[in-house]
Amino acid sequence: MVAVSFDNAYEAVSEANDEARWAFGTGFEDPLAGVDTSLPSGVDGDDLATYCLMLGDDALVMSHRLQQWCTNAPELEDEVALANIGLDLLGQARLLLTRAGKADGSERSEDALAFFRDEQDFRNVRLAELPNGDFAFSMARLLVFATWRLALLQRLTDSRDPVLAAIAAKGVKEVTYHRDYAAQWTVRLGDGTEHSQQRMQAGLDAVWPFVGELFEPHPVIARLPAIAVDPGMLREEFDGVLTQVCSAATLSMPGTPPIAGVAGRTGCDGVHTEEMGFLLAELQSLARAHPEATW
Amino acid sequence: MVTLTDPRAVAETVTDPELPMLTLADLGVLREVSDVEGTVVVTITPTYTGCPAMDTMRDDLVRALQQAGYRDVEVRTVLHPPWSSDWITDAGRRKLAEAGIAPPGPAPRASGPIPLTLGAPVRVVRCPHCGAAETEELSRFSATACKSLRRCRVCAEPFEHVKEI
Repeated sequence: MVAVSFDNAYEAVSEANDEARWAFGTGFEDPLAGVDTSLPSGVDGDDLATYCLMLGDDALVMSHRLQQWCTNAPELEDEVALANIGLDLLGQARLLLTRAGKADGSERSEDALAFFRDEQDFRNVRLAELPNGDFAFSMARLLVFATWRLALLQRLTDSRDPVLAAIAAKGVKEVTYHRDYAAQWTVRLGDGTEHSQQRMQAGLDAVWPFVGELFEPHPVIARLPAIAVDPGMLREEFDGVLTQVCSAATLSMPGTPPIAGVAGRTGCDGVHTEEMGFLLAELQSLARAHPEATW
Repeated sequence: MVTLTDPRAVAETVTDPELPMLTLADLGVLREVSDVEGTVVVTITPTYTGCPAMDTMRDDLVRALQQAGYRDVEVRTVLHPPWSSDWITDAGRRKLAEAGIAPPGPAPRASGPIPLTLGAPVRVVRCPHCGAAETEELSRFSATACKSLRRCRVCAEPFEHVKEI
């Protein structure tokens, strides 16, 4: 009989004779272990890999920003909530990056892709990399991100790629909670005091220039019919949800114009804001300083 | 001749690393145990995508089966169909309640666009301590991804509740 401690989480998940300790050193190496990752017929592996990187980098970078709230959130409950949302997105990123490394035949692991790619190879939307700002800005960004991602993942459940469809079906359940969380805070702050309403409106206005990019067509997506989701299809649902939240929050739908890319290229082409370099330095420096380490 | 315990029965004894009062079978995470040309193939599914306990589950299953005499063991992950809290067995629900964790109600069935929830969800969750129905949600997120945090308005005790997904 193994004694189980309910008071000490570390003891409960490890055993005295167990060298592989939880969350440090236990081969976190392949989140797709045992999943059939063969390519659907007629699909270009490089295109599928790029699409997986777009979806995976969005989740990874957004997760990183949420993790930066740890020890900084206004209340303990929100500390836990933001960490949980970040953990869900990190889980999605792990599966998607692993899928990318298999789809293009490079066999790069999730760690190789997360820690050893440079800025121009990251394909996340610029919205995800913006610094956290105040809590209202972070909630506005999370509301926009989760509303867009939920609409995307729900359609991706019909993808002809069974791995993407399965990742999406799990993600839908998770991101539903993320969207509700951000929407409820938007209403609480918007429909709160004069000051909180002004801050929430400012947050939403500041996020808005980065919204247009989420719905732009992309040649890689166009080459993956029935596999990838056409982002233009998501705009109507997105606008409907944002209108509903703004109305309940007594906020105005922002009219701030979209921020341009560079010669038409944006985040998913590897063109990022200057904040991305600082974010990657924090995310990658430890792994790059100790490239042989296992985590 | 040595008779080995049925591998399914062995796998069913392995407990969840984060809810150690439940087995993986109670939780609905253990999907299938089969014999593929002499190798015991165990299929599991994560509750949430980011569940950090998957590796520990894999290790625990392999260890339990090897200790029971099965040399070749392989643990496979399936993502589809996605785990639902509806898969927690009746025994699992009873054990959760005994540990002070309110078991989940029926999971929502999604069809069409997913509705936005702007207020606290209207759901009766009984207090696992005193049984009162007057409880409130403190946070939709708790110590693990699969649970929310609630408080009983009668006995004033906080408790966790496995979310319906």
